[in-house]
Amino acid sequence: MTTATPTVGAGAQATGKPTSAAGRVRSRLNSRTATLVSIVIALLWTIPTFGLFVSSFRPEAEIKSTGWWTVFTDPQFTLENYQDVLFGASSSSGQLASYFINSLAITIPSVLFPLAFASLAAYALAWINFRGRDWLYIAIFAMQIVPLQMALVPLLKFFSTGVTVAGIQLLPAWNLVDEQKFAQVWFAHTCFALPFAVFLLHNFISQLPRDLMEAARVDGATHPKIFRTIVLPLITPALAAFGIFQFLWVWNDLLVALIFAGGGNETAPLTVRLAEMAGTRGNEWQRLTAGAFVSIVVPLVVFLSLQRFFVRGLLAGSVKG
Amino acid sequence: MEFDFAEEQPKFLMLMYGLIAFVAVVGGLLLLLDVVPAWFARRREAQLIAASTGGGPLPRRRKPREGLFALFFLLPTLLLLSVGLVVPALRTVLLSFMDAGSDNWVGLRNYGWMFSEDSIVRVLLNTLIWVLLVPLVATTFGLLYAVMVDKARFESVAKSLIFLPMAISFVGASIIWKFVYAYRSEEQDQIGLLNQIVVSLGGEPRQWLLDSPLNTFLLIVIMVWIQAGFAMVVLSAAIKAIPADIVEAARLDGVSPWQMFWQITMPSIRPALIVVVVTLSIATLKVFDIVRTATNGNYDTSVIANEMYNQAFRYGENGQGSALAVFLFILVIPIVIYQIRNLRQQREG
Repeated sequence: MTTATPTVGAGAQATGKPTSAAGRVRSRLNSRTATLVSIVIALLWTIPTFGLFVSSFRPEAEIKSTGWWTVFTDPQFTLENYQDVLFGASSSSGQLASYFINSLAITIPSVLFPLAFASLAAYALAWINFRGRDWLYIAIFAMQIVPLQMALVPLLKFFSTGVTVAGIQLLPAWNLVDEQKFAQVWFAHTCFALPFAVFLLHNFISQLPRDLMEAARVDGATHPKIFRTIVLPLITPALAAFGIFQFLWVWNDLLVALIFAGGGNETAPLTVRLAEMAGTRGNEWQRLTAGAFVSIVVPLVVFLSLQRFFVRGLLAGSVKG
Repeated sequence: MEFDFAEEQPKFLMLMYGLIAFVAVVGGLLLLLDVVPAWFARRREAQLIAASTGGGPLPRRRKPREGLFALFFLLPTLLLLSVGLVVPALRTVLLSFMDAGSDNWVGLRNYGWMFSEDSIVRVLLNTLIWVLLVPLVATTFGLLYAVMVDKARFESVAKSLIFLPMAISFVGASIIWKFVYAYRSEEQDQIGLLNQIVVSLGGEPRQWLLDSPLNTFLLIVIMVWIQAGFAMVVLSAAIKAIPADIVEAARLDGVSPWQMFWQITMPSIRPALIVVVVTLSIATLKVFDIVRTATNGNYDTSVIANEMYNQAFRYGENGQGSALAVFLFILVIPIVIYQIRNLRQQREG
């Protein structure tokens, strides 16, 4: 390679200016083709979502008999699907409003708890000196690779029967009913999120300037004070990044909710209800399309408005790791 | 019955309890950490004053209680991780050597069952197809797109559109694609895009999701559709991080775009590339929602995570479900070891 490149370079130089001008035209053309192709692909990528979106506004009879692309020649729109799927009276209609509230009730605490606990832990692991600190960090870091499937069966048993060692009941069963089951889901989501949360926040917190910390220590600030007044304000972008990440994860989660929330409209989130509808009412497209869009719209808004934070968090989490 | 807002009140109440618990726990912890050291500091001050006025010996300056602070900062995390992750994971390993009701030890029978039962072998095979194809296709697409869109006009809009599916739940994405694959018999108008394309090309409409093994590939398309955006964003950032002078030097040397890609771009973004492939492989191994929503694992499309759920939570086969979970974990390990070795090489090299 090293021997070949100089000759190529010399050749290009020898032919002088015309080539470079032609080259400039060619590269502009290239970039124009690249622009065109990349836009076409981006549009193709969006077509499935767009089809769903358009369909959700079409009358039931239309959805079931013609393709959504016919709206361009025969536009017919209605809001009835949304009315039906959100507030409909019959049990088959979806009643998604109720599940929407469940999704909110599950997601908000499931984001806050790991956020708070992990930032405390990450601070301790980064800036408090104690024996075994590095090993502890490595242990928590390593837990990221444990698939959550590994914890599901015993954790469910823990909620339903408590902890018994050698016949002695150490912890009682939780015995939760109806909406109280939210607590189980919060607990499970918090546990499963912690390893990644600690890792991500540790990445940020450990990179704060050492001088700053030492100056605060010299001034007599205690660790809790440093944490509250110096660290927290500085890591808001990281908190936002993890917050968005966790929000999308919990809102979109199916497995954890399916196991710990149960299936009824007292606790189950949108994803559980939609998966159920897709299974039992797979041909009720007027409800499925509107329902899917109801579940998509919140994460989409969060995502689009906070994309900058999300991407930054993603890059910090995956590339630095 | 109409939708009744009053019926939803208990949920809001529960949510409020949750938020109160949050404030109480976190606030209480911070308060505790603030008050206790302050109390110790005051006591020490009092001792110092007493010592200086009374002429007695100065109290020995104790080492600051760093360890104690660390313990309280780490307490919630350590508690939750041990109760919610470490102990359950160890228990799952034990359960995998026990029978359905977790009463008797059965040795390796559950693992034997996994490799002898035809339907489960099929599941393992499907998982293999997933984990080979998804990272490969999604990363390749993401890389090509990142290179192509680099410095193109409307770059950020185009990237957002590709990245958008990341925000959609796997369940939502599966419904979106089920609609694309929807089937109507030949006499009717097609409502699914794929069948419409087939029909307009003169073919016959098919029930895509019932056809094994084609259906597994169609489900893989969904996963690729979601994950390609992730690959693209990470790789695009890596490409932009290549030092401009290297690119410029290569360009002055008259390197062709092809050479540029293989000799400059690829070596520079290798670390990011590995991260993407590893992350996607692990995510794919655990894929559950797509299969469950689109086919519920029927028609020979099931994968390990789906089968694990069925065994443990639908058929009450705790032993077999646990064995599948452990097997999933075992599959993740070599991928992680590969990544750690790579990281170490980077640090040394």
